[in-house]
Amino acid sequence: MHIAIIGNGISGITAARYIRKLSGHKITVISRETDFFFSRTALMYIYMGHMRFKDTKPYEDHFWEKNDINLIRGSVASIDFDSNTLHFEQDFICNDSVLSKAPSHLQYDRLILALGSSPNKFGWPGQDLQRVHGLYTMQDLMQMEKLSKDLERAVIVGGGLIGIEMAEMFHSRKIPVTMLVRESSFWDMVLPAEESAMVNQQIRIQDIDLRLDTELEEIVGNDQGQAVRVKTNHGDSIDCQYVGLTAGVHPNVQWLKDSPLDIDRGILVNEYLQTNLNGVYAIGDCAQLHAPDPGRKNIEAVWYTGRMMGETAAYTICGVPTEYHPGIWFNSAKFFDIEYQVYGNVPVDISDDHDSLFWQDDDRERSIRIVYSTDDQVVIGFNLMGVRFRQEVCEKWIRDHTPIAEVMRDLVLANFDPEFSPYYHRKLQEVYEQKTGKVIEPQLKPRRFDSVFKFLKKEV
Amino acid sequence: MKEEIYPSMSLANPHPPFVDWVQKLGVGIALVGLGLMLVSLFNLAQTPSFFWISLGCMTAGTLLFAWRQYAGTHPGIKNNGVWFSGMTTRGLIAWIAGIFLTLFYVLLYWYPETLGFRSEGESTGLVAFFNPLSMALKNQPATQWFVYGTLYTLAIVLFGVKFLFKYRHNRYHILRTISVIFFQLVIAFLLPEFLERLNQPSMDLKNMWPLNYYFFFDWNLDRLIQGGNLGIFMLVWGIALILVISPALTYFYGKRWYCSWVCGCGGLAETAGDPYRHLSDKSLKAWKIERWLVHGVLVFAVVMTGMVLYTYFTGSSQVLFLNSYSVRGWYGFLIGAAFSGVVGVGFYPLMGNRVWCRFGCPMAAILGLQQKFFSRFRITTNGGQCISCGNCSTYCEMGIDVRAYAQKGQNIVRASCVGCGICAAVCPRGVLRLENGKIDIDQRTTDKRAVHIPYDEVGLMG
Repeated sequence: MHIAIIGNGISGITAARYIRKLSGHKITVISRETDFFFSRTALMYIYMGHMRFKDTKPYEDHFWEKNDINLIRGSVASIDFDSNTLHFEQDFICNDSVLSKAPSHLQYDRLILALGSSPNKFGWPGQDLQRVHGLYTMQDLMQMEKLSKDLERAVIVGGGLIGIEMAEMFHSRKIPVTMLVRESSFWDMVLPAEESAMVNQQIRIQDIDLRLDTELEEIVGNDQGQAVRVKTNHGDSIDCQYVGLTAGVHPNVQWLKDSPLDIDRGILVNEYLQTNLNGVYAIGDCAQLHAPDPGRKNIEAVWYTGRMMGETAAYTICGVPTEYHPGIWFNSAKFFDIEYQVYGNVPVDISDDHDSLFWQDDDRERSIRIVYSTDDQVVIGFNLMGVRFRQEVCEKWIRDHTPIAEVMRDLVLANFDPEFSPYYHRKLQEVYEQKTGKVIEPQLKPRRFDSVFKFLKKEV
Repeated sequence: MKEEIYPSMSLANPHPPFVDWVQKLGVGIALVGLGLMLVSLFNLAQTPSFFWISLGCMTAGTLLFAWRQYAGTHPGIKNNGVWFSGMTTRGLIAWIAGIFLTLFYVLLYWYPETLGFRSEGESTGLVAFFNPLSMALKNQPATQWFVYGTLYTLAIVLFGVKFLFKYRHNRYHILRTISVIFFQLVIAFLLPEFLERLNQPSMDLKNMWPLNYYFFFDWNLDRLIQGGNLGIFMLVWGIALILVISPALTYFYGKRWYCSWVCGCGGLAETAGDPYRHLSDKSLKAWKIERWLVHGVLVFAVVMTGMVLYTYFTGSSQVLFLNSYSVRGWYGFLIGAAFSGVVGVGFYPLMGNRVWCRFGCPMAAILGLQQKFFSRFRITTNGGQCISCGNCSTYCEMGIDVRAYAQKGQNIVRASCVGCGICAAVCPRGVLRLENGKIDIDQRTTDKRAVHIPYDEVGLMG
């Protein structure tokens, strides 16, 4: 059986690796971006000089041939779903490939679409000018690099995770940055107010011109069609030579809209990640689940869901039908120097149904929040800023509907900070003691891995 | 893919002023100090006041540089521009530094007279330049080894302070850096010099066989046995270190208790060598070479020591067809001097800061075997949070592909891991943690769940 995979990001590559682990099927992975899989989460570190491109490749180049995974560098122009044929763009030019040239067409028996995302554009005037870019692909990074020469100011539109990464990148080169954020506080559709304020502070500490409650009105170009200025909805005009569009991403499926594939915002898939067409699967950022699990969204453009989907699809294709159940939500990010981790459900507004225990340090550089439901006092989510918690422990507490009292008593189990770090969990326990008037009597010694292991093995 | 296609981004402006004028001033002051030492080679500026000025300039310059680099920055990871600077990417200046260091080691080991050392009569040149400090500490004129020990200690202290600035947000790094500074300054440098002043047998009490390869040499054993109570104590201590203390500590904490908390080679690597940690080779091939080489040196050290002891107890220098004196001579030349010194430190700017520890150190080999098979230590990974970015692997000075484990949700249990903890520090998602656990000691390397498909379905493992 020949399995073709379009896209060599984390989803496509994980699928390829697991199909190889499970079978001897012929595998072909097609990418127009790079010859070999690299970690796009590390694009920012290449720009900042922390790593070289080659350091972002999780497997050495000889890995693919050794594992009999064929790689093609090329651009799929169209897919004939009736005859199971991929047609390649013939005038696709890339001068940096060491792979053999893409064929004109390719037959497959199973097809996996792992197409990734594209940056959102909301019909802003000037959004298609030169020097206006998102940050998703290697090509985006190279554009950003090229334009950084003599760059006097960059304007970043959108207050998401890519936006703050981009700000950090420019800042590392001492290039002045203005961020236009529509919301009244950074990422406040995801972060509760206190955490969001911590990020605002973090951005401003770095001398970045953060403009909240500000929307892009227009990008103004010069005679050469290059962006030179942006105008905001407050009438301000900001000169710049680079505009970063980071107001989220959408599935990269525009080119398939006229195909027989069932497409909404993304390619619609069932719990086996199968599309409406027989033998065609969609995974990663481009897939939209008909019926996501409770607490999960139908499109989740994050790294680990791509990995999980790749693995799940591989099992199904190799004869072990496997449903996609990503489990309890988690995610992480880094806002300049503050690490962020979330486990479970942390609503932006802690409503009547929920309550939360919250501690933050005096400098507003660290915080811990635990959300629980008011009626049965069961823990539902953890939000960490500048503090590391152990995912498996948090997840088990949530899954087992653990009462807040028990979590607070055993909070030390979640500690994942480096050895000798201060006991931040103790601060939250103090908050709990003040709030409830109860005194916590810890039963576990701090930082004992053995207790963690026992806890994780314990059946409820 | 050809690397030059995605250049280290040379088109643009990857060189914002990472080094400002204050730092340049710092470098300048330190170079004045170094320059005074160089001219002392030719017996110029050969006075105590110039010596103290030289030491003072090196100290002040280095500290000014370090302070300026990190003061005023927000505490956090400071790797901006590491791959853009010639000094840290095998550029011209790195080669110059490497050749300079290498040359110094060659002269030190094999041509000490060029540094001014005289076995008869009074030394001159650089060696004599250090007399003021040597007289102050032990009331004896300096030797080339005193010069070396002083510079080595100074490097650990000064670059240790720089490292403390850099990692001031992380207590693990603060404590282990204070620890290596203490062990070098007090245990390896001041205490032995002080004992010499008192005419007592002196010894670096933390320098353990087989790293200290001459511990069982006849002259050393005789010296300790004839050294009174203190000498006997040192002999017993040295043997207890090998047989009891080291295995116990390695069992509880992994080899890091030695390699990145105590050892002098490790101390220099973690401080002066820190800017070069990303230069270690991460390829599978390098790992294969490493295993052959480091265990080969261990076998060499054990065989050589066995022969030396045979000779000591039987009086016969001929062991089978080999002369034990000649074997130990070769070990000293090849391993003791060429590998650990010239290659080990001289090549910092070219091959990374742990070349010796990774490829050559027999002590690291022993501790590594124990760490792998009989220790509570491992680096755990935090569920499925790894984003495969590669910071951990890039900044692993031992060339371990940490990411390969982390992205599978697998613990890292590797013989070579010195437990420096930098992988955990540079991880932008808080995925790694150095831990000791007894309960799962036999399952340390089992795959954990890196995906979240429930166990009872098909039991997907990372």
